[in-house]
Amino acid sequence: MLEIKDLRAAAGDKEILKGITLTVRPGEVHAVMGPNGSGKSTLAQVLAGHPAYEVTGGSVTYEGRDLLDLDPEERAQAGVFLAFQYPVEIPGVTNAYFLRAAYNEIRKARGEEEIDSIDFLDLLEAKLKLVDWGPEIMSRAVNSGFSGGEKKRNEILQLAVLEPKLAILDETDSGLDIDALRIVAGGVNKLRAKDRSFIVVTHYQRLLNYIVPDHVHVLSGGRIVMSGGKELALELEAKGYEWVEAAAGAAAGASA
Amino acid sequence: MSGVAISDLELHAGGALIESPEWLERVRRAAAARFGQTGFPAGRDEEWRFTPIRPIAKTSWRPAPAQLDDIDAGSLAPFVFGHPEWSTLVFVNGMYSPALGSIRTLPPGVTVTSLAEALRTDLPLLRAHLSRHAPVEGSPFTAFNAAAFRDGGLVHVPAGHELAGPVHLMFVTTPEAAGTAIHPRNLIVVERGARASVIESYVTLAEGEAYWANPVTEVAAAAGSWLEHTRIQRESERAYHVGLTHVDQQRDSHYRSFTLAMGAALSRHNLHVRLNDENIETLMYGLYLTRGEQVADNHTAIYHDRPNCRSWEVYKGVLDDRSRAVFNGKVFVQPEAQKTDAKQTNRNLLRSDLAKVDTKPQLEIFADDVKCTHGATVGRLDDVGLFYARSRGIPAAAAERLLTYAFAAEVIDEVALEPVRLELDRLVLERLGG
Repeated sequence: MLEIKDLRAAAGDKEILKGITLTVRPGEVHAVMGPNGSGKSTLAQVLAGHPAYEVTGGSVTYEGRDLLDLDPEERAQAGVFLAFQYPVEIPGVTNAYFLRAAYNEIRKARGEEEIDSIDFLDLLEAKLKLVDWGPEIMSRAVNSGFSGGEKKRNEILQLAVLEPKLAILDETDSGLDIDALRIVAGGVNKLRAKDRSFIVVTHYQRLLNYIVPDHVHVLSGGRIVMSGGKELALELEAKGYEWVEAAAGAAAGASA
Repeated sequence: MSGVAISDLELHAGGALIESPEWLERVRRAAAARFGQTGFPAGRDEEWRFTPIRPIAKTSWRPAPAQLDDIDAGSLAPFVFGHPEWSTLVFVNGMYSPALGSIRTLPPGVTVTSLAEALRTDLPLLRAHLSRHAPVEGSPFTAFNAAAFRDGGLVHVPAGHELAGPVHLMFVTTPEAAGTAIHPRNLIVVERGARASVIESYVTLAEGEAYWANPVTEVAAAAGSWLEHTRIQRESERAYHVGLTHVDQQRDSHYRSFTLAMGAALSRHNLHVRLNDENIETLMYGLYLTRGEQVADNHTAIYHDRPNCRSWEVYKGVLDDRSRAVFNGKVFVQPEAQKTDAKQTNRNLLRSDLAKVDTKPQLEIFADDVKCTHGATVGRLDDVGLFYARSRGIPAAAAERLLTYAFAAEVIDEVALEPVRLELDRLVLERLGG
């Protein structure tokens, strides 16, 4: 469903992604790991269409379409969702209003009828349970004054409501205590489905104890330097990123 | 230019058309004399430096029509909101129209009426308050109003009483107002421990017509009183609106103001609040939305004369096209006003390269044990916020509208009365095309 080929991207003059190739099939969960500055968050944001990055090479095909040719809203309407590392606060707009607006835009794009606020509240009820929340959260302003944990839960709530086909979680575990991590990961697990794929970007292996990936990729210096099964995450945890970087350096040296 | 101004003034004062008690005649004569000396403010006057009032000063405005324009109540439907049990006083081109409004059952002793009506019976209340809070020396526009006003709203809530719903003073202009000047005068007196909510709205059935509205509102908030005062300015976008609100607050009182300015070619509102005693709370919220070549000017002044008072002020603006806004916020803290807690914020959102804001905080603090802060920002919508909304499927234009609305909603949310808040929301969303 997603095919990334030799993707290169830059922020200003600085090239951050230096040729990423990755294939994600329906229903798969891919973990993208790597040290700070390896480009893993950039990859997540480039896939969602963040305007701060310029794609300088390569291609991304999503369900047969050129993803890079779509505006951020078109990607969302086509079923791509990015859970932000730093969710944005929007004081003045309630969570309910924002999420219903998004939900209806996506319905409109699919040629479906918009739903009113009463029907939306019905729909929300089940989704709120996924993240262990009551309806009160919906009358608060979007992420405004939310704790770090609440912000991440809110991202998962949005994911649950918008029902994307490809969900990209950008360091959703960062800043979470263990209880919040369990709630967030539990929500994600309930949303796993055979036609829904996940790219889970994380620095730490901890999250992958809860969201068990099918594939693990390690990024370093803007490239995928190692790929494997879920056991690779454990190995990384034990040996540290230096191990991969050293291995990658050795491989590069050997091939040179 | 003063020659033109004086003859104008005489014309208007002569056209005041209402019976004034002798004491008021004296006030009017003094006001006329005062304006005769000053004329309209000159461009070099610091108070008016950024406010292009030349079109007002150089036009020979006729007095507002002497006959009540017979309009259909249905035509006012777009300006009515809230609950049917609210009392509404409607003034057409400045003149009270009993048929168009409705005064609901009020608690005994509460007065809601037209000022002209109250003057006919010379209510003692008037002598104690009228022109006592907004002195004619304050500004030439106030002097002009004092000399020439005909009518306006009077709201008086006696000690310990509470108004069940707000009183809406609606000033509507019709095409007959074109080329005329209208000088409404309102008086709101909330006695000891009383509670009230008053809405002042300036609306039009004469979009595209030029006229000059020059309202003055005086507010007396006695000890322990609570008043929410909402001001909605939606004049014709070719009209001129220069308004003054002067508030006198006494011990333990709470006054909260919300002003919305979205109409008029040029609008200016002065909000002056004097804290005459201790433990007073004052909240001032404002929102201005400008487009085309509109100019919206807000001047606020808060006088901390006594200790232990708190004032909190947030004004926000959304500017499109080539429009312009002016904000001037004065905070005076007298030497004896220790423990003053005053905060002022002015934030502006520019949605065009050609829009412009002049913002100026002016704090004059003569006490040493106080907490006074101010901040002003002028900026654009945040790119990350826009991306966030778009990444949820909301198209770019709608995302911009949503975030602009959010910017404005932050002050609207401070309005205590929900139906008023909903109406302000509606007006903003309508303007943003959402």
